[in-house]
Amino acid sequence: MRNILHIIRKEFLQLRQDKKMFGISFIAPVLQLIILGYAATFDVSNIPTVVCDFDNSPSSRELLRSFTSTGYFTIVEYFDKTSDIDNQLDDGHASIAIIIPRGFEKKIGAGQSAPLQIIADGTETSTAGIGLSYASIIVSQFSQNILLESLIKRGSVTMPARVSAEFRVWYNPELKSRNFMVPGVLGLLLMVMTMLLTSLAIVKEKELGTLEQLVVTPIKPYQLIIGKLAPFFIIGVIDVILVVFFASLVFSLPVKGGALLLLFLSLIFLMTTLGLGLFISTISRTQQQAMMTAIFFFMLPMMFFGGFVFPIENMPTIIQYVSYVIPLRYYFIIVRGLFLKGVGLDILWPQALALFIFGSVILSMSVLRFQKRLE
Amino acid sequence: MKLWKGHKEQLDGKAPMDNDCAVVAEELTKKFGKFIAVDHVSFKVKRGEIFGFLGPNGAGKSTTIRMLCGLFSPTEGSAHVGGFDVATQPDEIKSRIGYMSQKFSLYEDLTVEQNINFYGGIYGLEGARLEERKHWVIEMAGLAGKESMLAHTLSGGWRQRLALGCSILHEPPILFLDEPTGGVDPVSRRKFWDLIYDLSHRGVTIFVTTHYMDEAEHCHTIGLIYTGKLIALGSPTELKHSLDRYSVFEVQCSNTVDAMELLRGQAWAAETSIFGSAFHISTLNVSDAEKKIQGILTNEKIAVSRIEKIIPSLEDVFIQRIAEEDARKNGARN
Repeated sequence: MRNILHIIRKEFLQLRQDKKMFGISFIAPVLQLIILGYAATFDVSNIPTVVCDFDNSPSSRELLRSFTSTGYFTIVEYFDKTSDIDNQLDDGHASIAIIIPRGFEKKIGAGQSAPLQIIADGTETSTAGIGLSYASIIVSQFSQNILLESLIKRGSVTMPARVSAEFRVWYNPELKSRNFMVPGVLGLLLMVMTMLLTSLAIVKEKELGTLEQLVVTPIKPYQLIIGKLAPFFIIGVIDVILVVFFASLVFSLPVKGGALLLLFLSLIFLMTTLGLGLFISTISRTQQQAMMTAIFFFMLPMMFFGGFVFPIENMPTIIQYVSYVIPLRYYFIIVRGLFLKGVGLDILWPQALALFIFGSVILSMSVLRFQKRLE
Repeated sequence: MKLWKGHKEQLDGKAPMDNDCAVVAEELTKKFGKFIAVDHVSFKVKRGEIFGFLGPNGAGKSTTIRMLCGLFSPTEGSAHVGGFDVATQPDEIKSRIGYMSQKFSLYEDLTVEQNINFYGGIYGLEGARLEERKHWVIEMAGLAGKESMLAHTLSGGWRQRLALGCSILHEPPILFLDEPTGGVDPVSRRKFWDLIYDLSHRGVTIFVTTHYMDEAEHCHTIGLIYTGKLIALGSPTELKHSLDRYSVFEVQCSNTVDAMELLRGQAWAAETSIFGSAFHISTLNVSDAEKKIQGILTNEKIAVSRIEKIIPSLEDVFIQRIAEEDARKNGARN
């Protein structure tokens, strides 16, 4: 027990000595949370839009007004040549162009269908997609209004029957992607902090030769492993607390399902990341190798396939199966469930169980491998 | 009943060995796959002596020292350190030995004092005893006033002495040093050997690997290992006398390379090697060797400025032994 404490104390002394590492462990999580919370957003608003209104009639102006009044589109410039529009899209000043041909109002008045053109810059797929779907809603709303007006004008006695759907969004009523991102950042941070730092700390001792020195001392391998993992376990716990605190302080995003439950389930998740960190240290000889292995073979795939950026349901079926072996997947479900839905262990137990099984298997296999390497 | 008795004997008697020996290796062998790193090596190290383990790089020095420290278990044969079997009692051995490798395994981002505290703690020292040992190490290494310096800011000699200090904080009776003086300046090397002598006088057994010949002369006993085999074992004097049947000459002449080439062709010439600006030649079963050498070289218009019969150096012995071993191997192959 004493030996374990000696190693833990040494580990923190080294961490304190290394100002950069200290910053990475405690300040970076908060910064990253805030930056990702603000910047990593899929919400589309104020799409820069250019307009070519050849009709310039009350109807065309009313249509354009309905575009700008939603807040999704901001008209940056008006042109009277379509070639100018090409230039604007080419150099990226605008993402959407609206072209209203001459005779737009006349055709409406005559009861004909009045075409108009909307061009989107497809290089940014999400902005273009979301922009176009907003635009089609606006246009169909507009034409519905025309229909209604003309019916009323003709003196139709009754309004035609309409189907109306009432939409309610649960758990994230404003559909803010920040509310989706911030809990995800927690999983990402824990993975980076514990997996990467653990593997680096062990490989560093290998590189320096101190690991060999320790093996010749009376320290038992299990003491060495616990001593090396415990500090990063502690850092992980502190990071969870920091993120929970700042999420509720800065983004008004409290853990509805209970902060203690989140902490407890995070401890289970840490078993998998610490285990992987230990595993990486057994297959790497230098710190660079450990860093590259951790980033390219573990962190990036886990990030993409675990559902941090792209919803797992949208992935090809085979990749969806792959995602089942990614511990981060379960942790994301847990974190989002606790932060947004406020559900409890009665709902989240399958994920908790999966994490526990993954954690036990990964950790014990890594420990065995590490012990074997020591000999 | 019988079983119990056998067990007891094992505990008390520890191993069938004489008590004057700190390290005993018997037919010690380590294979990595098909590669034989250490090939049936046997030797004894007496208590309190300095045992020098010499050999070229890759000869099996470090593998042997690692088996003795309990880092590797032997493939065949056995070794006992302080009476304990390296294969079955590595934990007992680890608390009774000190180990220092060429890499000077210190935590570079910790201070001198933090390093001592950490290693002291690992070896179970605390309180007054830790303070006393810390003071001793700092004095010994000449690090007074530098306690709060980071280890990586120390220069080579200091780091080496600090590493030595950290590995003997717990006053182990046996100390293993794996090429401890690599990359250290000559003055620091000299100081380091003074410390080794001092420890030896206090009764510490020292097992040291090196490839410096001058360091070999400092040892009480030397073992020479070559391609995994122990090919010479004895005190420096004994080893030099083992070449008595050869006569060794130092020759200084105008064209060393050609001269060595010419003489190597003679049946009575056993081995030639360059020493500074001259070369050494060992001869076997020949009378008037000096005259013969002089004659051959003068015939080829090589001006000889000096031929002198010398007492062979350790290096002569090793070169001779390695040549014999190579010849034996080639003979076995053909």
